[in-house]
Amino acid sequence: MSSQKPVLSLKDIQKHFGAVTAIENFSLDIHPGEIVALVGDNGAGKSTLIKIISGVYAPSSGTITIEDETVSMASAEIARSHGIEVVYQDLALADQQSVYMNMFLGREITNRFGLLDRKTMIAETQKLVDELDVRIPSPHATIRDLSGGQRQGVAIARATRWAKKVILLDEPTAALGVAETAKVEEIVESLKARNIGVLIISHSLDQVFRLADRICVLRRGQQIGIRETAKTDKNEIIGMITGLQQQDAA
Amino acid sequence: MSGPQSGAAQKPAAIRFALGLNLQQYVVYFGFLAIFLFFAITLGDNGFLSVRNLSNIVLQTAPATILAIGLVFVLTAGEIDLSFGSIVAMSALAAAVVMNEYGMTAGILAGMATGIVAGALNGAVVAFVRLPSFLVTLATMGLFAGIARSMTNLRSIPVLDLDFAGFFGSGSFLGIPSLIWWTVMAVAIGHFIYRETRFGAHVMATGDNPRAASVSGIKVARIRLYVLTLSGGLAGLAGLLYAGRLQAAKYTLGESDLMTVIAAVIVGGTLLHGGKGTIIGALIGSLMMGMLNNGLILMGLSVSDQMIVRGLIILAAVAVSLREKAR
Ligand SMILES: Nc1ncnc2c1ncn2[C@@H]1O[C@H](COP(=O)(O)OP(=O)(O)OP(=O)(O)O)[C@@H](O)[C@H]1O
Ligand SMILES: [Mg+2]
Repeated sequence: MSSQKPVLSLKDIQKHFGAVTAIENFSLDIHPGEIVALVGDNGAGKSTLIKIISGVYAPSSGTITIEDETVSMASAEIARSHGIEVVYQDLALADQQSVYMNMFLGREITNRFGLLDRKTMIAETQKLVDELDVRIPSPHATIRDLSGGQRQGVAIARATRWAKKVILLDEPTAALGVAETAKVEEIVESLKARNIGVLIISHSLDQVFRLADRICVLRRGQQIGIRETAKTDKNEIIGMITGLQQQDAA
Repeated sequence: MSGPQSGAAQKPAAIRFALGLNLQQYVVYFGFLAIFLFFAITLGDNGFLSVRNLSNIVLQTAPATILAIGLVFVLTAGEIDLSFGSIVAMSALAAAVVMNEYGMTAGILAGMATGIVAGALNGAVVAFVRLPSFLVTLATMGLFAGIARSMTNLRSIPVLDLDFAGFFGSGSFLGIPSLIWWTVMAVAIGHFIYRETRFGAHVMATGDNPRAASVSGIKVARIRLYVLTLSGGLAGLAGLLYAGRLQAAKYTLGESDLMTVIAAVIVGGTLLHGGKGTIIGALIGSLMMGMLNNGLILMGLSVSDQMIVRGLIILAAVAVSLREKAR
């Protein structure tokens, strides 16, 4: 895996909000087909980091590289055009609309007369939810009528439909029950086969150890360290999160 | 709630798929039918059912239906327009004044341009100054009404051009009155844009969840500008229709349309808080309101009694359709 070139590479990222330092000196490589977990206490800067990668915030300094090309994520559109998709903590779905319209929100397929091509959108949606095994009644279902797990499934399916390189997940199971969490984890797991790099934020260490190949710990904006899941344990990670263990030598 | 009903409420989605339709949006058809049957039975001998009376209802509701189409777009985008009635008056007066000087084409352009500019002003303030449309259009409702009053010092302006009066009012084409042509065309085009284009989809997304729309790359500010401009443009067209039918323009035109049109759209099945609506429903809602006006007049009610009964019926209809949607 490490022999492969990283799909996304962050180097010396810093972010200040006025006098507040939200992120100081963050560096991370994510490889294709790899799941990296980002953990840390509330306010550690995890969501801020995701917003920097997805073009919502500009970093105060540092570089973002996608497959050897240094890019400026000046807007969410630019990030999307580089193949990066986000599943937000608070779902960014339009509740009154159908699953298939959400799947293509802002990127609707049109026919040669410039009119909505519902047939193609419905067919593609059906195909994708089948592949990812997101169990929804129909692509025509209204989001409002779905359960939390089904909605998160739709959000991840949408990200999968459009992400060519990286998917960022901000606490995708925070609001879900046990069975729904398991379903979402299964879907996230299946992204590996698509050779997409995944960065997932989670407060559940059990989940992190189930899913992630590597774990990256943030504490109050500082990058404490990165561990391979196979070579660490919960105690070490908890120590890193809470500050019992000091920052790795840079 | 009784047994079978709660059973149905547990799986509204399943039922909707089974029937291929959205039950919520069909309340208006039952209301329409109920009011029609009521008047048909009680007023059948008083000429309610005559072809002439029924077609009159459609002719008289033409401007309200056109306004309702604009409001469906505005409400769906999560905004409101309270100023369209005042825009109707301004546009009709502008058209009449310019037409009497420079002829029909110039008059039509003046009327339409007035509506579009007024709507674009609403839209620009809402989209780019980021003020709530409720407050913006409440203010411009007064502003435009004042302008309409001062344009001709409260005088009514006759529309002398008979081509114009025929085209927008009393004329007909292929045996069908021109007001019906306008209604059918506006509804067909409005429905088509609303349902079949990306613009329609973006209007729905903007009203449904502006943040989701915007992170999905939809320019929500632009959508808000466009829907309010569209509403202004359709108010301009409604002004032309009034001027054509009455062969005169006056500052009072459109004054009484605000409540009727909002009621028609809400009863028709468009959500007040955005995200979902229907043009066809708004047409039926508008016809229902027209039928109500007509029937109450035929019943011989005094103007004040008409207002009271109409107010109560609108209240009931809106309550029923909002309750349906809240489930
Ligand atoms: N727009 C902003 N303006 C000012 N400060 C901000 C802004 N966004 C985040 N911060 C600050 O940056 C720090 C990191 O916030 P962030 O939301 O990234 O935390 P988090 O790790 O995602 O926390 P949680 O686990 O609670 O979601 C916090 O101190 C927060 O108050
Ligand atoms: Mg967060």
